[in-house]
Amino acid sequence: MARYITRRVLWSIAMLGIVSAVVFAIFYVLPSADPATLRAGRSATPAQIEIIRESLCLDDPMPVQFVDYMKGIFTPLETCSGKGPLDFGNSIFQNNEPVLDIILDRLPATFLLVTGAVILWIAIAIPVGIISAVRQRSLLDRTTMITSLVFISAPVFWLGLVALYLFAQDVGLIPIFPGIGSYNTSDNLLARAGSLLLPWFVLAAATAAIYARYIRSQMLDVMTEDYIRTARAKGLSERTVVLRHGFRSAVTPVITLLGLDVGTLLAGNAILTETVFNIPGVGSEVAGAIGSSDLPLIQGIVLFGAFFIVIFNLIVDVLYAYLDPRVRYE
Amino acid sequence: MSATSSAGPVLEVDEMRVTFATDAGAVKAVDGASFQVERGRTLGIVGESGCGKSVTAMTILGLTRAPNATISGRITYEGSDLAQMSDEDLRAVRGGGISMIFQDPLTSLHPFYKVGRQLVEAIQVHQPLDHDQARARALELLGLVGIPDAHRRIDEYPHEFSGGMRQRVMIAMALSNEPAVLIADEPTTALDVTTQAQILALLERLQSELGMAVVLITHDLGVVAEVADDVLVMYAGRVVEAGTVDQLFYDPQHPYTWGLLGSLARVDKRTQRLSQISGQPPSLISAPEGCHFRPRCPHEFGKCKSVPPLAPTAADDHRDRCWLSLERKRDLRQLADGRIGLEEPK
Repeated sequence: MARYITRRVLWSIAMLGIVSAVVFAIFYVLPSADPATLRAGRSATPAQIEIIRESLCLDDPMPVQFVDYMKGIFTPLETCSGKGPLDFGNSIFQNNEPVLDIILDRLPATFLLVTGAVILWIAIAIPVGIISAVRQRSLLDRTTMITSLVFISAPVFWLGLVALYLFAQDVGLIPIFPGIGSYNTSDNLLARAGSLLLPWFVLAAATAAIYARYIRSQMLDVMTEDYIRTARAKGLSERTVVLRHGFRSAVTPVITLLGLDVGTLLAGNAILTETVFNIPGVGSEVAGAIGSSDLPLIQGIVLFGAFFIVIFNLIVDVLYAYLDPRVRYE
Repeated sequence: MSATSSAGPVLEVDEMRVTFATDAGAVKAVDGASFQVERGRTLGIVGESGCGKSVTAMTILGLTRAPNATISGRITYEGSDLAQMSDEDLRAVRGGGISMIFQDPLTSLHPFYKVGRQLVEAIQVHQPLDHDQARARALELLGLVGIPDAHRRIDEYPHEFSGGMRQRVMIAMALSNEPAVLIADEPTTALDVTTQAQILALLERLQSELGMAVVLITHDLGVVAEVADDVLVMYAGRVVEAGTVDQLFYDPQHPYTWGLLGSLARVDKRTQRLSQISGQPPSLISAPEGCHFRPRCPHEFGKCKSVPPLAPTAADDHRDRCWLSLERKRDLRQLADGRIGLEEPK
């Protein structure tokens, strides 16, 4: 077990390095235009471009730039443009503010949004998935599977707008939930959670539907296994057979999916929900940064997001070894 | 025949029929199987894959119950009919009075739980023991089935055991509540030959120690010869011959049984070639009318278009399902080299 975890951790660290290098290549090596001009915006003067060139040390040879960049991310050392660790540079359009500060400022909103949505979609998907598998082809099974198809097909931005139109306190027909931008005016955690009720449902809807279908198909598979027959032959109650023997096996691959989904959502994949509901999270920040071509900010968020995904992958791997004893002895 | 109830059969199956509705049609998996087992005796059920022997076994414990399954007949155990029992009541019998082990020990244990936990679970469903007591019992069972170093192995996962050891764990689990009947569905098929012999020896020892009735399902006549007292030969959902092991091997009545015996390879006799049964078993959706074995039987004649009854011919306790007369059978089953087999009459 210890060896397995050590190996996973080392591999994840290597992964972080590789991801950082790829991001460097995307932002500094691959663009055919001068990186300083790209960062300066559309109506920059030659003097401004020169300032950016200097602040990013773009006159250094490429390998030196790369070493500086990696030092800025991974070590607490001085670099040409600043001091690490996690120095992603400064934003160009937000008063030269450090990118890291902007991200850390936006992260709590995203974190709250994602956490609530995850709890919600798991709470919906697990019972729906199990029951529709156990009662396969029943009315309940067919109803939930068709409903889930509807939610999977509905785009998040559309669903968000419909939800607002129906339920938001400012514009809704049945004004029972806080509306657009209410997160920004909430001053405590409870009020913020309240303002996120609608976004939670919107973000969770499609995912809950996908998870319910996935859990259902996993359960259908597992329930034909020989060890389920053994469990029944022991005289266990059907409830125990389904939950302790069936679901226990079916949930393992779901954990993998969950880890990746949470990672990508924290990395800014909640962009549509955040934009529709005007939630000041990482996703809406990246939308703004793309709009204004704030390259250092985009680069910082991409790197940060990639880190989240790598870290959640690691968590999944470790969890997997805990859940499936066979993995530990690979 | 016996007047005292204690000497009577512990499990009695009467006219069991199991049909599964499928998209392709109704599958008559078991078409009127009747048999009984007594304490301390072993009943072997033999036949090719798909002949209904596993379905028969699983139906005893209600494991074939499903929305698309129709089950009829009587399954009498301790005075009650298991076929009519509610799932709730049947659970008390499963793993309690009647327990079962399966073909593939690699997949029959839950891969995520330690062996000890799975044993403790089986014990606690039927006995009011706390965890420590159940664990002590589990250790005792692992010792009983001959797992060395049981106090250490009880905390291991199934994948850390070899195939033979896993089957021993399955047997320990099946014995945990001292069942009156043990149903073993191809218990040695997935194991290599030396392990097979060990598992069979273990089953025989446990049977004589615990006095259980054993129902052994197998496609292997060698296994039957070794451990069974009585034998049931099944073909395409029907019992075609039933008798003691000696009757079956030395005086087989049904042409299908001749075919099975003729295709046995023997190490003690050098034969020119093994006789074989030509053709394939019929589909259970559209089995031929009359005798199911008719299309593959070289001795078929007009009468075979109607279903022969399972009736005693050679002896009172030796029944078979064939229209041929006793004399004809004794004549036809003898091959040129003196062995028994199924071949075109000369």
